[in-house]
Amino acid sequence: MKLKIMSLIALTCLSYALALNSQAQGMAKIEAGEYRPLYLSEDSPMVNVDTFWLDITPTTNQDYWLFVNQKTRWRKSNIVPIFAESRYLAQWNTPMDVNQNAPSIKGPSDGQLLSPVNHVSWFAAQAYCQAQGKRLPTVAEWERAGSASETQAYGGKEEGYNQTILEWYSTPTKKSLNAVAQNPANFWGIYDLHGLIWEWTEDFNSNLSTGESRGDSSLDQNLFCGSGAAGAVDPSDYAAFMRFAFRGSLKAVYTQANLGFRCASNKEIYP
Amino acid sequence: MKMRKALLGLLTTVLFPLSASADLPKVDAILLPPPMVPPALDRDYPARVKVELETVEKVMTMADGVEYNFWTFGGQVPGNFIRVREGDQIDFNLSNHPSSKMPHNIDLHAVTGPGGGATSSFTAPGHTSSFSFKALNPGLFVYHCATAPVGMHIANGMYGLIFVEPKEGLSKVDREYYVMQGDFYTKGDYGEAGLQPFDMQKAIDEDADYVLFNGAVGALTGDNALTANVGETVRLFVGNGGPNLSSSFHVIGEIFDRAYVEGGSLLNENVQTTIVPPGGATITEFKTESAGNFILVDHAIFRAFNKGALGMLKVSGEQNTAVYSGKKADTVYLPEGSTIQEIGNTQTPRPKIALNFEEQMSMGKRTYEQNCQACHQVEGKGLSTAFPPLANSDFLNANHKRAISVVKHGLSGKIKVNGRTFNSVMPSLALSDNDIANVLTYVLNSWDNKGGTIKANDVTNSPKPENTSSAH
Repeated sequence: MKLKIMSLIALTCLSYALALNSQAQGMAKIEAGEYRPLYLSEDSPMVNVDTFWLDITPTTNQDYWLFVNQKTRWRKSNIVPIFAESRYLAQWNTPMDVNQNAPSIKGPSDGQLLSPVNHVSWFAAQAYCQAQGKRLPTVAEWERAGSASETQAYGGKEEGYNQTILEWYSTPTKKSLNAVAQNPANFWGIYDLHGLIWEWTEDFNSNLSTGESRGDSSLDQNLFCGSGAAGAVDPSDYAAFMRFAFRGSLKAVYTQANLGFRCASNKEIYP
Repeated sequence: MKMRKALLGLLTTVLFPLSASADLPKVDAILLPPPMVPPALDRDYPARVKVELETVEKVMTMADGVEYNFWTFGGQVPGNFIRVREGDQIDFNLSNHPSSKMPHNIDLHAVTGPGGGATSSFTAPGHTSSFSFKALNPGLFVYHCATAPVGMHIANGMYGLIFVEPKEGLSKVDREYYVMQGDFYTKGDYGEAGLQPFDMQKAIDEDADYVLFNGAVGALTGDNALTANVGETVRLFVGNGGPNLSSSFHVIGEIFDRAYVEGGSLLNENVQTTIVPPGGATITEFKTESAGNFILVDHAIFRAFNKGALGMLKVSGEQNTAVYSGKKADTVYLPEGSTIQEIGNTQTPRPKIALNFEEQMSMGKRTYEQNCQACHQVEGKGLSTAFPPLANSDFLNANHKRAISVVKHGLSGKIKVNGRTFNSVMPSLALSDNDIANVLTYVLNSWDNKGGTIKANDVTNSPKPENTSSAH
């Protein structure tokens, strides 16, 4: 019986391996550089970001399915409530166990395999990355990678850069997320930092915005550095405001339809 | 002893509000989507009121063929109308739908406290935040989302109205409606079809593509028009979500008998247009005196006719002709002169006088082109049955004195020209006697007419007919 499930999993893994061929994979190196957080003023020092490696695509349902089959405590049916709220892996509704007598294990449908995994908590994302010998990127690393356009490491001033990002917010949440790597990669060869999902960062909650963002630029700046528009370098950087606002609304157990992740590391890790 | 008593007194005052709020009767608020307004509260005591409101991001129609991903309170723009009573304790639950991409919160201008509730209601998708507040001040208040970037959340439709009914209530009216204006910024211009994304630059430039009542072109017209009967009193709860543009709210053909200035307690009367700033509101009341369609506009009028800020109130019933007669007659207007009257001003240069036939012809031609050609057409051909021809005109050539009189004093009624009957009006033109002499000379010597010269003196001596309409 246990054997049967294992062989079933092995079989599904094989079919995933075939699908894997068409998928962009691996990590990209991001050279050491500087990044100015949204909330710092024009004359504040830039933040240094050391060289790091970042997955070129978000973690997919397929990647995550392989992971939960290795670390079964992260299966949808086994998850402990303190590590993820009830919508954990809500998109996985396909029975993966054909044995009528066994409790059904739910997994991703074929159509979901190459889409980013969503409905994952910070704990789950962190556990996945650890299992790969990686970690979640920091906010600074993510923003440094995300500030690149297709042609430049700092693409924020390029015409249309912001509008393209904003257009994602102008479209409704889809029933199922698109596959990864369908749009051009950025300067570093990284896909989907914008326009597909939000992504977890290691220190998402270090940005002490208050939920009342309009007040965050006041005298409490030492305490609440997630500043409102008045203190920002570029008040028109709406896309960044939204990322900071979004991160500020999260707790580590939250699982959301539009929130996934990708992993980072200090050196290149091969799959 | 005395001190103890005072202390006891102090304690009771401090404790009383707490125990009072706990003991309040519990009620669930009725929230309604626009243009509906929840019924007037029939309570004469404060209550503990539970309000449930959901934020939803959804694609809806903004105009014919134009769709937009609105961010909403309650699934439409504006958000559901909330009605509570002054002194009520409100338990507010804000739920953010799991399909939302954005976290949201709510700032209710009716809340006295940091952020107007925004600090306590910041809610990630798929979560609910709860907070409580006391409705201290009566009035009509805007609520809106205040999550960064605040402007974008508002520009996408995240606003609505909460009415804190004064303890004594409002006067009874027959109809209550909820209207809220907002400006929208789309990548495509007004009317450009398809799912239109938000345009941040236009929003910053305050260059609105749409200015809308209740979130869509036509949300309050046609089948969606507001309705009332003649003789009823209508109360409009009007808000403005902005984000940028103030509304000059006006109902064409009505006068607001009463307007609660800025939604507060100050009552103004007999108001034509009332200003509703972004993040502000007003309550207007009027009695419908007459049947017909009454158009709601932002009287910054290009917004009404070019950007969508147009609504309609259909009033049915008997016409009250004493108040408004409708069109009773359409009569001819025959002014003394359509050119500007000259006021005695010695500085005015003297008009040039024609010294010979050639000058009369050239000056007459100019006068013809400026004053006559619009009706009598190029080369005096006339225009169908409306304007008789001047070319080869038997009527003209037969009687020069009559021709002078027609130009100088005007003509109205039936005449026959070249065998065709015309029943029309020629106004008296404020031309000088010299101009008339020149233009007639020009006409008489053009287009196969039989010639002749008219002198300014002939015009001066032309008598005014006793009755222009029976001249012929």
